[in-house]
Amino acid sequence: MNSEKIEQIIDNHHGEAGSLIQILLDIQNEFHWLPGEALDLVSKKLQIPLSQIQHTATFYKAFSLVPKGRHEISICMGTACHVRGAPRVLEVVQQITGLQPGETDADMKFSLDTVNCLGCCALGPVIEIDEQHLGKVAPAKTAELLKNYE
Amino acid sequence: MINSPAELEQLRQEILSKRNSNKARISICAGAGCLATGAGKVIDAFNAEVEKAGLTADVNVKGTGCPGFCERGPIVVIDPAEICYLQVSPQDVPEIVSETIKKEKVVDRLVYSDPAKNEKAIREADIPFYKNQERNIIGNNIKIDPKVIDDYLALRGYSALVKALFQMTSEQVLEEVKKSGLRGRGGGGFPTGIKWEAARKAPGETKYVIVNADEGDPGAFMDRAVLEGNPHSILEGLIIGAYAIGSHEGYIYVRQEYPLALENVGVAIKQAREYGFLGRNILGSNFDFDIKVHRGAGAFVCGEETALLLSLEGKPGEPRARPPYPATSGLWGKPTNINNVETWANVPLIINNGADWYNQFGTARSKGTKIFSLVGKIKNTGLVEVPMGATLRDIIYKIGDGIPGGKKFKAVQTGGPAGGCIPEEHLDIAVDFDELTKAGAIMGSGGMIVLDEDTCMVDVARYFLNFLTQESCGKCSPCREGVKQMHRILTNITEGRGKEGDIELLEELAMSTGSASLCALGRTAPNPVLSTIRYFRHEYETHIKEKRCPSFTCQGLVSYYVDPAKCDACRICFRECSSHAIIGGKNLIHIIDQAKCNACGTCFEVCPARFGAVIRISGEPVPARIPDEMRIIVRQRRVKREKQDERSLHTD
Repeated sequence: MNSEKIEQIIDNHHGEAGSLIQILLDIQNEFHWLPGEALDLVSKKLQIPLSQIQHTATFYKAFSLVPKGRHEISICMGTACHVRGAPRVLEVVQQITGLQPGETDADMKFSLDTVNCLGCCALGPVIEIDEQHLGKVAPAKTAELLKNYE
Repeated sequence: MINSPAELEQLRQEILSKRNSNKARISICAGAGCLATGAGKVIDAFNAEVEKAGLTADVNVKGTGCPGFCERGPIVVIDPAEICYLQVSPQDVPEIVSETIKKEKVVDRLVYSDPAKNEKAIREADIPFYKNQERNIIGNNIKIDPKVIDDYLALRGYSALVKALFQMTSEQVLEEVKKSGLRGRGGGGFPTGIKWEAARKAPGETKYVIVNADEGDPGAFMDRAVLEGNPHSILEGLIIGAYAIGSHEGYIYVRQEYPLALENVGVAIKQAREYGFLGRNILGSNFDFDIKVHRGAGAFVCGEETALLLSLEGKPGEPRARPPYPATSGLWGKPTNINNVETWANVPLIINNGADWYNQFGTARSKGTKIFSLVGKIKNTGLVEVPMGATLRDIIYKIGDGIPGGKKFKAVQTGGPAGGCIPEEHLDIAVDFDELTKAGAIMGSGGMIVLDEDTCMVDVARYFLNFLTQESCGKCSPCREGVKQMHRILTNITEGRGKEGDIELLEELAMSTGSASLCALGRTAPNPVLSTIRYFRHEYETHIKEKRCPSFTCQGLVSYYVDPAKCDACRICFRECSSHAIIGGKNLIHIIDQAKCNACGTCFEVCPARFGAVIRISGEPVPARIPDEMRIIVRQRRVKREKQDERSLHTD
């Protein structure tokens, strides 16, 4: 872990306790998760008890307390996608990867998550892999799609 | 830095004089929806092609805000001819430049056409999707590069701010907004002017104004489109509101799931500061105001204003009881006024054109226009802005063009997870705050999800309660436990474990959760359940009594089997089944192993229509599998040859 980077992030927010969420978001964006050492450091620098930081870090969905895989799959479970078959897409992806939402596989290839709405409903059902939107996903074609990732 | 209204007008004239209205302009929607379909590559292709043709000085290429017609994106509009091209790919770009830009000819295959109705439209304004709207707020999106403040100024931008600061007192601004009848667009529908007045009157020097851009309803993205596409209109509204209320500090709370909105708002704030629309002594008026951006970290409940305030303070967003209302005790205990993105976007329009102008749109108690995101089982997915009072039928059929695939309309769900489902017989109600509430739904933030005959209404209720179970913050027990129990019962019903009395129990739970919960999340959580019971009770009963899902949605109540008489052993379903539940082989009639099958329906979908061999059933037993010796398929060709052999034998 790069503690210099974390200190820099905290300094960018002037070390204000009110900026806790913004600081955690920046750390999350930088490392794709919140390493324990990072939370210790934030706690020390902002003088906020670690328990309070844990409360915030587990309350908001943007934060992950475990590392993410090389490829992050987000399956849109928004209403428009739901009525267009998103649950089945999710089921197939779960079967292929062996993951439940929120999990990462042992060789750190895929992380699977569901999201509430990606806001491109015209393309539903939508999945997002590594920030790339893939629209009108047919459950039957999903296996083929995931083969493209190493 | 602009120091007076006169200087602003001078700058505006300079901008306009530099912009030759005859110069060709290529506007490409760079909203999140079109970007997902490749608009970024289209913009790159236009830039490259224009440069290649040596037209850089004569043609202006820009990525703009979202005009709303997501279904046919990426969208390109060419001015001054106002030609609108739909579903443009980078491959189309050379032809557009050589034909339309150089020769002023329309590329026919890229304009709107509907062969079924024999309709064609070249200009945006003539396309039925747009023609039936009243686009006061999002109409300008396609004309503006959100990262260029001059584009906003060229369209009278910040003139409402000048009018408010220099021609009106803060009381007059407040009175105008009150007179306009504007009501909160975030879902509550509370009169904006009255809310402002409460914050204005509250004692205290420090006051805050906040833009709530924590748009969390699944299937709703109008706030994103306005924030991404026309961020200065929100800033202008907020500054005017701050002036009326007496605030000098504002926040924009944007969910971090909207990276482009965050980026564009950040750029807009920076430019507004450079131009003197934000900061000290704005335009020489002695009024000081500045804005900070706060990123939300993904919690639906933070759309609720007391939760949003705690989140702004860096804490978990758990709502608190009201009163005290934020107007008297909000952010860090100071008087605070929170309005939704679309509400703020209305403010410059009201100040510029007056409350009387604004009042011409809408119904008696709901004024102005409203943006809806029309999604789900609808031909034209997109954002539609209509005057309050438009009928659901007009929105769905005239603008949305009805249901795709020749399917039958079943219901429209409005208002997000707190909303309800409205059936066919109520499609003629006028959409405004009060009529939707009367029908058992709500306006909410403006999500409109169309459901067709293939949608199971019990499953829709279960879907929303699942969403709310996950998003309930857990602070108060009526919501934490009530929503969870309703979700459990709905799950049982959809999985075939429903029992007599479940509907009544749901109604009872809905009543207590709705009346005892702390915040709007819990209080409105029963709506999806109650509205589906109210209009679709028979579907609940079919699930409970007959263990049947009429729309074949609930996997636990649906089975699939192969009709031996129709199976051709093509092995497609055998290959595609991800559960390996199909027992197949060359020239062997396929069988679905019911023990392994999870009823995902893939086999049903991939079985070629000419065979139609996979049958789905609900509420009835699966026929017994045929004995293995009867599974062998004797190919027709072989039979023919045998017959020929027979015939030749006879003739010999």
